[in-house]
Amino acid sequence: MAENVAQDIQVKQKQEVSPTAEHAQTSVIYTPLVDIFENDKELTVLADMPGVKPEDLKIDLRDDVLTLVGDEAHSEKEDERYLVREYGSGRYYRQFTLSDKIDQGKIEASLSDGVLRLTLPKAEAAKPRQITVKAG
Amino acid sequence: MILRPFFSSTARSWQSPFAELDRMRRDLSRLLEEYPSEAELPSGVFPLTNITEDKDCFYLHAELPGVRKEDIEISITGNSLSLSGERKISPEDEKAKYLRRERESGKFRRMIKLPSMIEVEKVEARTENGVLTIILPKAEAAKPKQIAIKAA
Repeated sequence: MAENVAQDIQVKQKQEVSPTAEHAQTSVIYTPLVDIFENDKELTVLADMPGVKPEDLKIDLRDDVLTLVGDEAHSEKEDERYLVREYGSGRYYRQFTLSDKIDQGKIEASLSDGVLRLTLPKAEAAKPRQITVKAG
Repeated sequence: MILRPFFSSTARSWQSPFAELDRMRRDLSRLLEEYPSEAELPSGVFPLTNITEDKDCFYLHAELPGVRKEDIEISITGNSLSLSGERKISPEDEKAKYLRRERESGKFRRMIKLPSMIEVEKVEARTENGVLTIILPKAEAAKPKQIAIKAA
């Protein structure tokens, strides 16, 4: 789009990941709950991803599309069996389209207590430059 | 086969076949409510918990993202476990404009009935990546035992 009209982030349709292309045991995909807020300088994304280790979280920003993928660690031992199962575990997946240009080099991400905090600094808008023409 | 007089009151339902369908649908949904087919049975109380066991212990898992361990309280009385606490979401920049606000904060309290007696003194709890795990060693009496048959 030529004009930057919408400031909102659009949620992309959640897509099923083909299990054959991924880990064989991964079958269920969950949408993590998020808070997203912005100020003049940056955009911040907070996402609840309990059970995901930092090394199992992938964050990808490509062509204004931000993708979060996190795999929950399997902690069950072999002889462990379920008595009550109220929640399932698998993969977290969510994708957003960003309306602002992001300074890719300054993105910061941290994961603590199962919450991802992602800071996306906005790129400086192309400022009009005054060009003085010198007299020859 | 039973033949009914065409205009009797019992045959009235034939005049609106959809009423009959509607009744069947109601019965069916009531049946499904009574007997959920899924193994996952959410209790409707936060946090959702999974309970597993091996031969020595029960393990209680709960997803509590963003809840610090200082804000979780666990107590055990007999064979019921109380899990309570508060999920705090620290306020961000006042001038920040929210585009999505899905995460919730607040207090929680849940009572969980344990499947059998446990050794209360040996209970351990830890949080890892936002998942709480409580390890509940089974009381000796609750453990399965191999019984050797003696030769006469």
